[in-house]
Amino acid sequence: MPLAAATADTGDTAWLLAATALVLLMTPGLALFYGGMVRTKSVLNMLMMSFVSIALVTVVWLAAGYSLAFGEDAAGGLIGGLDHAGMSGLGPDSVQGTVPTLLFATFQLTFAIVTAALVSGAVADRAKFGAWLVFVPVWALLVYVPVAHWVWGPGGWILERLGALDFAGGLPVEIVSGASGLALCLVLGPRMGFKKDAMRPHNLPMVMLGAGLLWFGWFGFNAGSALGANGLAAAAFLNTLAAGCTGLLGWLFVEQKRDGHPTTLGAASGAVAGLVAITPSCGSVSLLGALVVGLAAGVVCSYAVSWKFKLNYDDSLDVVGVHLVGGVVGTLLIGVFAVESMTGGAEGLLYGGGLGQLGKQLVAVVVVAVYAFGVTYGIARLIDATMGLRASEEQEQTGLDLTVHAETAYDHGVLGHGAPVSSSVVPHAQKVTPQA
Amino acid sequence: MKLITAIVKPYRLDEVKNALQELGVHGLTVSEASGYGRQRGHTEVYRGAEYQVDLVPKVRIEVVVEDADAEAVIDAVVKAAHTGKIGDGKVWALPVDTVVRVRTGERGPDAL
Repeated sequence: MPLAAATADTGDTAWLLAATALVLLMTPGLALFYGGMVRTKSVLNMLMMSFVSIALVTVVWLAAGYSLAFGEDAAGGLIGGLDHAGMSGLGPDSVQGTVPTLLFATFQLTFAIVTAALVSGAVADRAKFGAWLVFVPVWALLVYVPVAHWVWGPGGWILERLGALDFAGGLPVEIVSGASGLALCLVLGPRMGFKKDAMRPHNLPMVMLGAGLLWFGWFGFNAGSALGANGLAAAAFLNTLAAGCTGLLGWLFVEQKRDGHPTTLGAASGAVAGLVAITPSCGSVSLLGALVVGLAAGVVCSYAVSWKFKLNYDDSLDVVGVHLVGGVVGTLLIGVFAVESMTGGAEGLLYGGGLGQLGKQLVAVVVVAVYAFGVTYGIARLIDATMGLRASEEQEQTGLDLTVHAETAYDHGVLGHGAPVSSSVVPHAQKVTPQA
Repeated sequence: MKLITAIVKPYRLDEVKNALQELGVHGLTVSEASGYGRQRGHTEVYRGAEYQVDLVPKVRIEVVVEDADAEAVIDAVVKAAHTGKIGDGKVWALPVDTVVRVRTGERGPDAL
């Protein structure tokens, strides 16, 4: 195998090691971003759904996910083979491009992790934790892995056959998480009190901290996707910064015009929307393109988050409004703003490339969204019919933190220096049994 | 004796406390409260969705005084808590039968 003879480039390897750690940090960042947006009674459960995704997806990825996504194509561009199941045949000397294969596999793993965690925003406050533990591995293998193969795998039909572009994951990460979130919350049904009770974010500073960590990690996500320490990584890095900024400003502008107040949640959401949209396009568009992509996402997504109230689906933390819509905006705009100096061939509408690239992007968007929605809907229905997807009414009312995890996040409203009024130490033998 | 209860804006608490000290009131109890009067709370906006928040944060100040001092105390509290804007609060007084100082067992006005 010719690749085995190659040696890794130390500069590229060093950068990708750092980038991989940055992308992994996005998931705890997302946990805080989401955790701050839910009510006090379910914040720990929200954090747990992200953290447990790290563990579940890692196990599944090492067992079979990597091989099915990035192994040699086994079925007409649709899925990879099982040659590297359990990471077999891959050691410290294996090289992919200019970096160790094991590092490439880990970098890609962190993408799968954050995508799974993103989906949890649609099911906040009401999903059974046990059901989530079953959903994540099944979903990762049946939804994330095939789409990753289509886009980035050797022989994948979207990149190599169709010719649509996706630099850092608009299709497998953003559109897949958004479409999956929509399917899941449709099966799950709205939270108790949806559209009646105020379900305000319980901790906006936590949301801002999470958004900041996400943004920090996003540099690894996008610039790391150049898979080398080079000029393309630098361009993707700058595009990422630019689009996050215009996304933030775009969202605030809409809020000021529409509601009369520029809010912190709007600033965090706008930055994330801009970052979502630049994810697929950061390696294809010029800096001008990146500024427009971010701005468009900030404006469009700030309107899209209100769809759930009009269309009556409870996408609790706006996975659809921010990730699906932002992902579609960014993926389509590649067809408008792609420049040859970045892509090495493809050109968008604005640079004389005609409608060709836009058409390819549209096909990829529609197929991926429909696939992710359909398969996730099937998995969710199956879980619902067997073990049940939704927490009991009592658990939802009391809060999942106490009923599922036997913990509470804060000691609010208690007397005596933060200790509960009637607290006492439970003897060792006497175990606390969570309700249900 | 009278129990005087005042529900006021939290940021007026220091003013009210100072006014009561100047009058020679020895002790008071402060607790956090929430509620609404005619103004019915305020509106908050999250991602474009507006929420009507009915219950506004307030502080409740309670003080027990002799009958003869009650009017002066009420006046002082009202003056100190007054901003002229909506949501300034309410003050009311109730008769008190008995007061006991826990440390000494003294009763009535001596316990104040």
